[in-house]
Amino acid sequence: MTSAKPTMIEFKDVHKYYGDYHALRGITATIQAGEFFSLLGPSGCGKTTLLRTIAGFEGISSGVVLIDGKDVAAVPPNQRPTNMVFQSYAIFPHLTVAQNVGFGLRKDPRSAADKARAVDEALAMVGLSGYGARAAHALSGGQRQRVALARALILKPKVLLLDEPLSALDKKLRENMQVELIKLQRQVGITFILVTHDQEEALVMSDRIAVMFEGQIAQLDSPERLYRLPKTRAVANFIGTMNFLSAQILSEAGGMVEVEVQGFGRLQLDAEKQVTGAPTATGATIGFRPETATLLFDGQQATDRETMATVEEVVYYGDMTYYDVLLDGTSAPVRLSMRNVFGRPVLDIGTRTRVGWSPGALVLFR
Amino acid sequence: MKIPVLRIYTIGYLLFLYCPILILPIFAFNDSTAVAFPLQGFTTEWFQNVFHDAVLGKALKNSLLVAASTAVISTFLGTLAARANTRYQFKAAGPLMGLIMLPMVLPEIIMAMALLVVLLSIGIPLSLFTIILGHVLVCTPFAVAILTSAFQSLDKSLEEAAYDLGEGPFSTFRLIILPLVMPGIISAMLICFTISLDEFIISNFLGSGEPLLSTFIYGQLRFPKNVPNIMALGTILVGVSITLLALAEFFRRRGLARTGAKDSGGFL
Repeated sequence: MTSAKPTMIEFKDVHKYYGDYHALRGITATIQAGEFFSLLGPSGCGKTTLLRTIAGFEGISSGVVLIDGKDVAAVPPNQRPTNMVFQSYAIFPHLTVAQNVGFGLRKDPRSAADKARAVDEALAMVGLSGYGARAAHALSGGQRQRVALARALILKPKVLLLDEPLSALDKKLRENMQVELIKLQRQVGITFILVTHDQEEALVMSDRIAVMFEGQIAQLDSPERLYRLPKTRAVANFIGTMNFLSAQILSEAGGMVEVEVQGFGRLQLDAEKQVTGAPTATGATIGFRPETATLLFDGQQATDRETMATVEEVVYYGDMTYYDVLLDGTSAPVRLSMRNVFGRPVLDIGTRTRVGWSPGALVLFR
Repeated sequence: MKIPVLRIYTIGYLLFLYCPILILPIFAFNDSTAVAFPLQGFTTEWFQNVFHDAVLGKALKNSLLVAASTAVISTFLGTLAARANTRYQFKAAGPLMGLIMLPMVLPEIIMAMALLVVLLSIGIPLSLFTIILGHVLVCTPFAVAILTSAFQSLDKSLEEAAYDLGEGPFSTFRLIILPLVMPGIISAMLICFTISLDEFIISNFLGSGEPLLSTFIYGQLRFPKNVPNIMALGTILVGVSITLLALAEFFRRRGLARTGAKDSGGFL
């Protein structure tokens, strides 16, 4: 994550058209060597197209793609220092596991014994030691994924491209593989570029995330910054949940912004840490995450501010309860998430309650 | 009581379709030159006649040669067309595939006449070769149909994966695509072979008088005493055809199982 690392991939104003359809609209970004980088966005946002321009499966209409400092416009996929794990894994069904993993070594000048050793090492790395002789088409989804990883990593690429590699796995297996992928990336030190539409997956795994909408990068930041200070309401809504209250900017002076917020009243916010987005004509909005405000139960004191509210909806999740509450003086409910601590009741719909909040946790979208 | 109309219809339909074929083996073993009930007794004489008929032997040899050549050429052409059709998108693809598939539905006798006129006018003498040309025209659409489904069931990312792992287009085709569509290729060859083997109209129009099985059978029907021989030959041909088609279907299904694709229906 440190900026001292050398650049591995650089996009300079990359555009891609499919006929009239403008799939990539001026992508400019750099990906550092050894970084776990994610392209996150809804389907159709261009994230897979961007990944495929790195692999060389998609040409670009204009702009430049540099891999390790070299313009790769004229380099076909089979000569790029990148390897890909496909969404479908693309395991060759007529070959054995070992033949799949060793496929890329066909033109390698090493002896057959050395290649076999390399295959064994690659299989061991992904936890599939002893599976070499198995028929590839008989593997489970998780095993196919591992074979695809081993097959790509055996060539020691500079960049490993992962196209929604976990989307076909069930939830438990997916969570396990997320952790394994992080460990594997640290172990091999290769730049990993992951395409995903799952914001949680991106937050868990990445050093940095590029959030994409409609062919453009809406924000490129660390997971924490993306979550804490999203640049736009669209990004805020895509990464987790955010509540919005309409607000009015009263004055800006001395690094502080004074705002009048519906339901919260007049507040001073830090212009550096709490204000985001470019000024818009539609007016300002205050945003806060569900976990940054809290319901105050009998006897509990607010640590900062408090406001009265009415419970409108209760969603019980076992470890958590989500409350939609209408703050006094506002017109639309906001969502709060409360941990279900032992002895704490679950409130009924219609209950009047106090909500504790803190001006420091608010984000102002201008 | 409710009358099971659909069940009666289905049974009647199947009887109408297959009874005539069932007649073949019955009379092939019947000890009489007259094809009529009641049956006279069991004999294998007709089969022995078939195996000792010199002209028939020649016809069989010619037919096998024509069918094998047709199968290989049609499947080769079909592979190219099916690959182009599934791999590349181009404007002319629709009309082009339509033209390739057209012989499937064109009246064969019209095609046979047209071919005959063209061949004679450009001075190509009629021979087994001209028959093969005609058969290729008729069989290629079947090969294209089977192979298109084989190519379509291939995951495109398999090809990209091979490319990504350092292979060029030709080695990718040889190492990945060809082995995976091989069951489709075998299946296409077997079906083209079967179609060519019993094709009559083109064989009759474009032949030079060299006997083929189909034209031989047609010629023999004029002699009532030879009819039982034809019954025996027909029985053998039905057996061979069913075996070949079953084999073709076996390979087609194995291809699907290999690539893990969904079965979208085949010829059987």
